[in-house]
Amino acid sequence: MSDRVYLDNSATTPVAPEVLDAMRPYFDSVYGNPSSLHAFGREARRAVEASRATIAEFLRVLPEEVVFTSGATEADNLAILGSAYAPRRSGGHVVSTKIEHHAVLHSINWLTSHGFDATLLDVDGSGRVEPDQVRAALRKDTFLVSIIAGSNEIGTLEPIAEIGAICRERGIAFHTDAVQAFGKIDLPTPSVDLLSASAHKLHGPKGVGLLVVRKKTHISPTTHGGGHESGRRSGTENVPGIVGFAAATRLAARERDEVGARMRRFRARLIEGVGSIPGTRLNGHPTDSLPHIANFSFQGIEGESLVMRLDEHGIAASTGSACSSPDLEPSHVLVAIGVPLSMAHGSLRISTGRQTTDADIDRLLDVLPRVVKDLRDLSPFKVGEATCTPRE
Amino acid sequence: MYTERVIEHFRHPHNMGKLANPSAIGKVGNIVCGDVMWLYIRVEKDGQGRDVIADVSWETFGCTAAIATSSMVSDLAKGKTLLEAIAITNQDVAQELGGLPPVKMHCSALAADALNEAIHNYLSEHGMPIPDALRRRHEKIEKDVAALDKRYKAFLDREQAKEGAAAAGEPNSCN
Ligand SMILES: Cc1ncc(COP(=O)(O)O)c(C=O)c1O
Ligand code: FES
Repeated sequence: MSDRVYLDNSATTPVAPEVLDAMRPYFDSVYGNPSSLHAFGREARRAVEASRATIAEFLRVLPEEVVFTSGATEADNLAILGSAYAPRRSGGHVVSTKIEHHAVLHSINWLTSHGFDATLLDVDGSGRVEPDQVRAALRKDTFLVSIIAGSNEIGTLEPIAEIGAICRERGIAFHTDAVQAFGKIDLPTPSVDLLSASAHKLHGPKGVGLLVVRKKTHISPTTHGGGHESGRRSGTENVPGIVGFAAATRLAARERDEVGARMRRFRARLIEGVGSIPGTRLNGHPTDSLPHIANFSFQGIEGESLVMRLDEHGIAASTGSACSSPDLEPSHVLVAIGVPLSMAHGSLRISTGRQTTDADIDRLLDVLPRVVKDLRDLSPFKVGEATCTPRE
Repeated sequence: MYTERVIEHFRHPHNMGKLANPSAIGKVGNIVCGDVMWLYIRVEKDGQGRDVIADVSWETFGCTAAIATSSMVSDLAKGKTLLEAIAITNQDVAQELGGLPPVKMHCSALAADALNEAIHNYLSEHGMPIPDALRRRHEKIEKDVAALDKRYKAFLDREQAKEGAAAAGEPNSCN
C-alpha cells in the first residue's frame, strides 16, 4: 500500500492528520444540531461560526458572506441557478467559457433549456480567456459572468481580477469556481461576487464546500427548508465537515508558500522530464498555471490504457481521454484549447498535493517513459511518422 | 470495473506486434472516435488441405478493453480454420474475458471486426468464395466506417488543417 504513488490530487486529496484531529470530536462528542437551543446545540453552533470566521478571514470576506454547502458542485449550482432566479429577475443572459467544470457548464445548459441565454467564450491555445472577450460578450440582459479561477484539467489561470473589474463596472454579478485555486494562489476576492470552493481538494473532508455570496449580491436559494445559512441553503450543517474545512484552510494558509514552492518545482521537473519523451506536448500554460496541475499528451497512445498501465506500477494519475469518459467524448477542455484529436486521446493529468515528494516524481519519471514505449509498441501508429492521422 | 481476465490480458497481452509476411491484414477503427486496430493473419494449409490461421498478431491504439479484446481475439483465432474463425463474434470475445462494461462492448466489436476484415481480405485477394455472413458483416463494417467518417469529417478537416500548419512550423503540433 505505502509504496503507491498518488498523483491525482485534483480529483481529491487525503485528509491531513491535523484536519482529522480537529474533526474527530464533532462526530460523537460535540454532536448537537447547531439550530438547537440547548447547550449541545450551542457548542455545535459555536464550532460552525468559528469555522466560518476562519475561512472568511482567509478569503478576506465577511463571515456572513460564507454559505456552507455539500461541496462545490452544489455551490456552482447555487451560484448559477440562484442568480438566474434571484428576486425580480425573469430571463436573461449568462457569460461563461468552454473550459468550465461540468458543475458550471451543465447548470448553464439547464438554464438555456429553461428559456435563458448563454454565451460560452472560446479560450486560446493555453486555455486563457481575454478580459476583452468578456467585455464584448456582455449584453444589456447579462446578469452573471462565471469563469473558473484555475482549470482543474490543465491548470491554466484566468485573469479573474480584470474580469471582476469589468463586471463591477457594468453592475453584473461575477462568479468564479475557485475549487482548484483555493489555498493554492492568492485569490482576488474583492473583485468577485460569488466564489465556490470545496474542502476535499485541499486535504479536508469530502462532501463539504462553500459559496461566497457578497453582501450586495442577490441569489435565490435552490434548496428549501428550515432556512439555514441565513436562508440561502437549508439543511442541517455538516458540523464535522465544516470544522474540517476550516482546519484545512488554516493548514493551507500556514503552508502555502512552502508547499506552493515545492509544487512549482515538481511541475517544472515534470515539464522537463515528460518533455524529453518524444511525441509529447504540454496542455495548458507553461507558467501562468496553478502550481499543482500538469497535463500532457502522448502521441500514438490512448489515455485510459496509460492510466491503467501506471496503476499497475502503483502510480495514480488521470486522463481526459474519450475512452475514459462515460459518453466516449474527449475532454471538452482539451478540445477547447485545440489539442489535435489524435493527441487528445493520449492525455495524462498529473496533480500533486502537500504529501507529494521528490521521490514520487522520480518514480513517475522513471516509469512513465517505459510505459509510454510499451503502449507505443502495441500501437499501429508510430511516433515520428509524418502525420498523426493514422488512417491511410 | 474491469474483470481480472481483462486486466490480465491487458497486462500481458498475447500475440502483439506486427507479423512478418502476413497473408492478410484487417484494419478497423477511426482515430477520431478513439480506437484503431490492425490485425495480421498468416494462413497455411493444414494436413487436410484446409486453410488455417497459423499465426496471428495485432497492433491496437485504444483503451484497456481494446487491448484486452485484441489479445483475446488473437488467442481465439489462432489455429482455427478460416471457417471456424469467421464464426467468432464480439460476444465470444467479451464472454471469454468474463464480460465487459457496457460502454466497452464496442471495443470487443472492433476486435471481432478486425478479424472479419482480415479474413475477408484474404479470401478476396485469393479469389476465393466469400461466405454470405462474412460479406454482409464486411459491408456493414464499411458502412459504419463511412458513417463515422461523415460524422467526424469536420473534425478531420480541422485536424488536417492543423497538421498543415504544424508542418509549417507552428508550435503545439503533434511531434
Ligand atoms: C473546478 C471544479 N469545480 C467543481 C468541482 C466539484 O466539487 P465537489 O466534488 O466538491 O462537488 C470540482 C471537483 O471535482 C472541480 O475541480
Ligand atoms: S478504445 Fe475507446 S473505449 Fe475502448
